[in-house]
Amino acid sequence: MKPILQVNNVVKKYGEKTALNNVSLEVPQGSIFGLLGPNGAGKTSLIRIINQITFPDSGEVILNGEKLNPTHVKHIGYMPEERGLYKSMKVGEQALYLAQLKGISKDEAKKQLKYWFDKLEIGDWWNKKIQELSKGMAQKIQFVVTVLHQPKLLIFDEPFSGFDPVNANIIKDEILELKQKGSTIIFSTHRMESVEELCDEIALIHKSAKLLAGSLVDIKKQYRSNTFDLGINALNPNQLKDFLNAKYQIEDTFFKSLDNELKLAVKLNDKSANELLNDVLPFGQITHFAEKIPSINDIFIQTVTNN
Amino acid sequence: MGVLSLIIKREFISKVRNKSFIVMTFVSPIIFVAVAALIGYLSSMKTEVKHIGIHDESGMFVNEFKNTESYKYHDVSKIDPKLLKDSVSQANYEGVLFIPKKDNLKDYEKAIEYVSEDSPSLGFIASTESKLSEKLLRKNLSSQGVDTVLLDKSKIDVTMHLTKASGEETVKGLNEMKVAIGSVFGYLIMMFIIIYGNMVMRSVIEEKTSRIIEIIISSIKPIQLMMGKIIGTTLAGILQFVIWAIVGGILLVIANFVFGLNTSPTTEMAVEASKLADFQLYFAEFLKLPLASMLIYFLIYFIGGYFLYSSLYAAIGAAVDNETDTQQFMFPVIMPLMLGVYIGFFTVMNEPHGTVATIFSMIPFTSPIVMLMRIPFGVPFYEIALSIALLFATFIAIVWVASKIYRVGILMYGKKPTWKELIKWLKY
Repeated sequence: MKPILQVNNVVKKYGEKTALNNVSLEVPQGSIFGLLGPNGAGKTSLIRIINQITFPDSGEVILNGEKLNPTHVKHIGYMPEERGLYKSMKVGEQALYLAQLKGISKDEAKKQLKYWFDKLEIGDWWNKKIQELSKGMAQKIQFVVTVLHQPKLLIFDEPFSGFDPVNANIIKDEILELKQKGSTIIFSTHRMESVEELCDEIALIHKSAKLLAGSLVDIKKQYRSNTFDLGINALNPNQLKDFLNAKYQIEDTFFKSLDNELKLAVKLNDKSANELLNDVLPFGQITHFAEKIPSINDIFIQTVTNN
Repeated sequence: MGVLSLIIKREFISKVRNKSFIVMTFVSPIIFVAVAALIGYLSSMKTEVKHIGIHDESGMFVNEFKNTESYKYHDVSKIDPKLLKDSVSQANYEGVLFIPKKDNLKDYEKAIEYVSEDSPSLGFIASTESKLSEKLLRKNLSSQGVDTVLLDKSKIDVTMHLTKASGEETVKGLNEMKVAIGSVFGYLIMMFIIIYGNMVMRSVIEEKTSRIIEIIISSIKPIQLMMGKIIGTTLAGILQFVIWAIVGGILLVIANFVFGLNTSPTTEMAVEASKLADFQLYFAEFLKLPLASMLIYFLIYFIGGYFLYSSLYAAIGAAVDNETDTQQFMFPVIMPLMLGVYIGFFTVMNEPHGTVATIFSMIPFTSPIVMLMRIPFGVPFYEIALSIALLFATFIAIVWVASKIYRVGILMYGKKPTWKELIKWLKY
C-alpha cells in the first residue's frame, strides 16, 4: 500500500541535545501505525514535526506525496499528550473554534459536530463550559475536537494515558471505525502492550534513533523462536522432563491457568508442533498448548540489548 | 474568515465575557468618582480653628498677628509663662509664642520661642517667622530714620508679560499645561501597557496551564496566536477605556449635580490664577496646540509602545508555568516604564529639549511616554521621525524575539526558566 506519510532522514536538535537522529519512516495508507519507544526517545519531537509545530534541522516529511506545507494542517488531526481545552469556554463554541482554525467552514463544522455529539450521546453538553464537565466528559470532547475536521491522518500521542477504561474503550472502537472509513492512524506510546492489539505497523524509537520498523506480523515472525508453552497434568513429571530434554530444549515457564499443572516452555528446534503434541499425549492430560509469541516489549528489550 | 481574525474574535469575546472584566469595567469608574467626591468633600470641609497664644513681653509684636480662618491669636502676655506651658500640654492652646523683651533688636534673632505639643506645620513657621522679621525690619528702619509708610507706598509688584518671538501672546503656567497634556497621554500609555500587558500574559499562561496550547499551534503559527491575542486584548482594553471614560464622565456630572461638589481641582486653579481673561487665554493657547497631530502621534506611540511591551508580556507568559513565576521577569519590563514617567515629570517640565529628555525620547522603551510629553513643546520633525523609526524597528525585533521565546516556551512545562535558557531558546 502506498504510504500516506514519509519521514526522510529527519534530524532535530535542541541546543546540544539531539532529539531525532536521522529518522526515516513510512506510514502506509489506511494503517494503524504504532510509534513506540520509552519516554524521551523522541516520539513527541517527531510528532511535533509532522504537525509543523516545530521544524526539522534537516530531512523532510512527505504527506500524500507532497512536501509538508501549511495547507496540510487541515488533513491532520492531533491529540497531544499534554492536552486540555479552554476551561471557561462553552463546549460547542470551543469545538467550532478549533475546527475553524483547522480551516473548515463554520457550517461544515456544525454539521460534523452534530454527528459526533449524537454518536457519543453528548448533545446536551453544547452550552456547558468545560469546567462544568467531569474529566471523563472532557476527554470525549477532546476526542471529538481531534476528529471533527475529518482528517486523513490522525495522530494520538499517548492516547490512553489519562483516559478512564470506559472512555478508552469507546475511543478505541471509534478509532477502529475511522480506520474502516479510510483514515490512517498513528499511535505514539511508551506503554507498548497497550496498542499492540490495534497496530498493523510499528516503528521502535530509542535514544533519538529508529531501531526497527515494519508490519507487526513480520516483526513478530522475525523474532519468533519456535517455542511452545505446554501445560500438562502429567502422571510422572520427572519422566516427562527427561524424555523432552533428550529430544527438545525445555525451560520452566509461566502462564495463567486454573490447575496446578506442570508448565514448560519447549523449543522445537527442527521438529514440528504436531510431533511435540504426539510425543507428550501419552504422559497425561494436556491443559495448555500455545506458541510463545514475543511481545513488542520483549522484542524491544531484545533489540536494545543487542545494539 | 482568516485565522487571525478568528483568534482576535475569540480573545476579545472571552475577555469581554469574563466576569471580573465586566465588574472592573463598571465598578472602577464608580470607585474613581467616589474617591474624587470624597477628596472634594474633605477639602471643602472647614479646617479646625487653632488657637495660638502670644506671650509678648516687649508688646511690640502682638498686634502683628491678625486672626485668620484657621488661626486665632490670643494675647496672653499677662499670664505666667509657666502656667502657659502647662496649658499647652492641656491643649487649651495649640501653641504659645514666647517673645522676651530685648533692648537690642539684633538680640531677637535667637530669642523667640514657640512651644507646642505637636510639631507646627512648615507654613505656620514660615509665616510666623516672616511676620516677626518684617516687624523687626520696620522697627530697625524707623530707628534709622526711614519713613516706613513712604517705603510701603514705594513698593511695586512686577508681573512679567510673556510674549513669543513670533508675537503671539502667551500666559504664565502654559508649560505646566503642556506637561499636563503630555503627561495624560504618557500616563495613559503606561497604564494601558501595565493593565492589558498583564492581561495578555495571563491569557498566555491560561493556555499553557489548560494544556490547550499544543492543539492550537498544531493548526496555526505561534506568532499568529500571539498577535491575535495581543490585538484581541487591546480591543477589549480600548472598549473598557471608552466605557470608563463615558461612565466616569456621567458619574462625575451626576456627582457634581447632586452634591454640588467641586471635584475638579483644575477649575479651582484656574480661578486662583485669577481673572476670566487669563482663563480665556489658557483656552486659546490650548486650542493653538497642534491637537490633531498630537492625537496622531499619540496613536502611533500608543501602538508602537503597547505592542512592544505586550509582546514582552506574552513571551514572559510563555516562559513560565504560573503567575508567581513571572516576578523575576517583570521588573526589567516595568522599570523602563516607570523611568519614562519620572523622566517625563522631572526633566521634560524644566527642560523639554534638554539632553536627558531628548535621549530618553529616542530610546524605544521610554520614547512613547517621554516623547509624548515633549511634543506639546514643539519637537523638530526629524527627531520625532527618528524616534518613531527606532520604536518600530525595535518593536519588530522584540516581536521576533518574543515569538521565538513564545514558540519554545509554550511547550515547556514543569521548570522555571532562567535568563540564560531564554537566550538559548532563541537559537532553537
